[in-house]
Amino acid sequence: MDLSVVENILWVGFRSATPLLLASLGEIYAERSGILNLGVEGMMIMGAVSAFITALTTGNPWLGVAVATAVGILMSLIHGVISIHLRGNQVVSGLALTMFGLGLSSVIGRKYVGYQLPVKARFLPKPLAEGLVKLPVIGKALFDQEPLFYLSIVIAVVLWFVLYRTKVGIVIRSTGENPAAADALGINVYLVRYACTALGGALAGMAGAYLSVAYSPAWIENMTAGRGWIALALTIFALWNPLRAIFGAYLFGVVEAGGYTLQAYGYSQWLLNGVPYLLTVIVLTAGATETMRRRMGAPAALGVPYVRGEK
Amino acid sequence: MASEATAVASEPRETDLLVKMVSIVKRFPGVLANDHVNFELRPGEVHALLGENGAGKTTLMNILYGIYHPDGGEIYVRGRRVEIRSPRDAMSLGIGMVHQHFMLVDRHTVAENIALGYAKSLMNPLKEIKEKLREFAEKYGLKVDPDAYIWQLSAGEQQRVEIIKALYHGADILILDEPTSVLTPQETKELFKIVERMRDEGKGIIFITHKLDEVFEVADRVTVMRRGKVVGTLKASETTKEELARMMVGREVLFRLEKERVSRGKPVLEVENLHALNDRGLPAVRGVSFRVHEGEIFGIAGVAGNGQRELAEVVVGLRKATAGRVLIDGVDVTNKSPRFISSKGVAHIPEERLRHGIVPNLSVAENLILKDYYKEPYRRGLLLDHSKVIEDAERLINKFDIVTPSPLTPAKLLSGGNIQRLICARELHKEPRLIVAAHPTYGLDVGATEYIRRILLEQRKRGAAVLLISEDLEEVLQLSDRVGVMFNGEIVGIVRPEEVSIEEIGLMMAGARRLAREEMAS
Repeated sequence: MDLSVVENILWVGFRSATPLLLASLGEIYAERSGILNLGVEGMMIMGAVSAFITALTTGNPWLGVAVATAVGILMSLIHGVISIHLRGNQVVSGLALTMFGLGLSSVIGRKYVGYQLPVKARFLPKPLAEGLVKLPVIGKALFDQEPLFYLSIVIAVVLWFVLYRTKVGIVIRSTGENPAAADALGINVYLVRYACTALGGALAGMAGAYLSVAYSPAWIENMTAGRGWIALALTIFALWNPLRAIFGAYLFGVVEAGGYTLQAYGYSQWLLNGVPYLLTVIVLTAGATETMRRRMGAPAALGVPYVRGEK
Repeated sequence: MASEATAVASEPRETDLLVKMVSIVKRFPGVLANDHVNFELRPGEVHALLGENGAGKTTLMNILYGIYHPDGGEIYVRGRRVEIRSPRDAMSLGIGMVHQHFMLVDRHTVAENIALGYAKSLMNPLKEIKEKLREFAEKYGLKVDPDAYIWQLSAGEQQRVEIIKALYHGADILILDEPTSVLTPQETKELFKIVERMRDEGKGIIFITHKLDEVFEVADRVTVMRRGKVVGTLKASETTKEELARMMVGREVLFRLEKERVSRGKPVLEVENLHALNDRGLPAVRGVSFRVHEGEIFGIAGVAGNGQRELAEVVVGLRKATAGRVLIDGVDVTNKSPRFISSKGVAHIPEERLRHGIVPNLSVAENLILKDYYKEPYRRGLLLDHSKVIEDAERLINKFDIVTPSPLTPAKLLSGGNIQRLICARELHKEPRLIVAAHPTYGLDVGATEYIRRILLEQRKRGAAVLLISEDLEEVLQLSDRVGVMFNGEIVGIVRPEEVSIEEIGLMMAGARRLAREEMAS
């Protein structure tokens, strides 16, 4: 295995990390506000199909991203209404959203199976600087990427800053920890939760768009292939922290890319595919002690509907 | 019945009143929680709102704070008619509330909890908060570390954060909902000092309580509620404990429980050099030894978090001992299963009755057989003998005066007092040898408290040994034959209540005094 193989694994890995990062950033915000949305896969696939169709018909990949974001928000609001206003079971609602998205996207996309996006309608790697791309091993991975790759990192840093350094962040985190405390101080718990759920949908839609207009510019049924679930695992792996999500996303992405490449060397791809989940289990186990949970565990009110005045 | 005895010459004008609530009505399904209630608050007064649990005090104040909407009546704040639709409305009217259950985010710091509602700057909001906190520390003696996490704070400190939150936005109407229920005697004194300072500044303070002594310690006026109605408003200086108690309960109440002399038998519970860890894996019980005999109530006094809970849990088998022994009637039960220990005649009245005492969604009848469902006569092969379950439940409901619509009602719908009766019925009807009772009257009203205490004394008379853990010092001293004071996981003194002053126990609870082995009452 020479250096170019490693370089390629990193490049492919970082490329496939972008949708994981985007989707899990959205889920981090939703969960921080107390809403568990297992519908990431469904929102992502709807984003993918709508972005593909938009880009194919208009020839504008950015318009595709915009439409996918909007579709993601609409999808997430279904979950929002069920879990915030109707106080339904968030696990059931999220799972239903995933199934709904997978089914609806294949109906909508039936006519488009097998099309490729023309070059002008898709994102192409835009090297930031030719000189940097030539850096050994990491040059391609870091500097030969599509615009959404850079955008996702900017979003992650901004979301981290908002969550930990601003009042908005305190409001969101408090809503997910103890909504009654937030409510007693005049915070609109429902509004915060809808906003965070919608942001989760927007970023999941954007992640889907990345898949169909940049990563593999075509529409293939079920093309998210479980990435929504990995994004959920990543949310936990990152311990609900946007900066750690960057690290986690590239780790998971490289592991995935490595899986394909290492097959050629006789390693089982299926075992390697399990690695992200294994890593998540390890992090969860390490974080299971009382002190660790207090410092960085799941938001205390995650998955619990809020009703004012109820004990 | 007390009249409006306060109509004296200095009656303030309507517009001077901070709050006037007129004919407030609030209905909940099946209950009239507030029945045409009138209430007023003047500037510079501490107004106690006294009543048993379920009398409607907290409901009334939740209406004033915008958590509930009244079904009828009018509210005036500083003479102006207002509609309070949410806590936000209340806050903008200068109303602050310290809830009985603190509304704090455990995993956030003090500063973050305050910034949640009040930070003006969007970026780096904690800086302004910390500056303001220093100001409060000086002005009211409200000292608290802004960078400490809430979960690291004692109940008294957490309460201080709540008061700061209320003052932060300039509240001059402050509602304190049973503020002393979680405090030590010393912390309570400090709270009263803070309350007085706020009163002297001209703020109006509403002090919800069901403890009569506090009315006389801190209040200027007192409004008594019973069953959703106001019984009367009195000046604290012009009334007596007995009168208030009668207004509150609607009948005479005995303050001194008749404690008969019971001759002490052989030891039932023997704890020898016991060690155990708390949930965080730190030592919580550190070398505790004592005995409880037949016909004896052994009280454990101490500030919450000094190992009492862990001690009780080890005795009933819910927590592993790391060293030492627990014997019941001479049989070593250390680290045996709860079922085994229960079969040796140990009853457990746990703390947090809703979480540990019952299964809230199961029916009253099912809750009554939680310890016996797997045995005859309830077991019939793989099934339960349902009619036998109901039959026995009805018998216990009658015997222990549990007020429930039916044996099939989910236990969570019962009032606190009736849930505690249910637990007593389940634990005590088989005449146990040892009763471990943790905070058995916590949060109960006067009537239910009296009932539970009487039951414990009856069990003592019957010859049971009772291990009583309570933060209500008065209760421990009244009921116990001997009291062990716990501090930092150790028993620092064993005393007889009649031979010791409350101050001395307070010193031991605070760790400032420790008895030598030979000074301990045996």
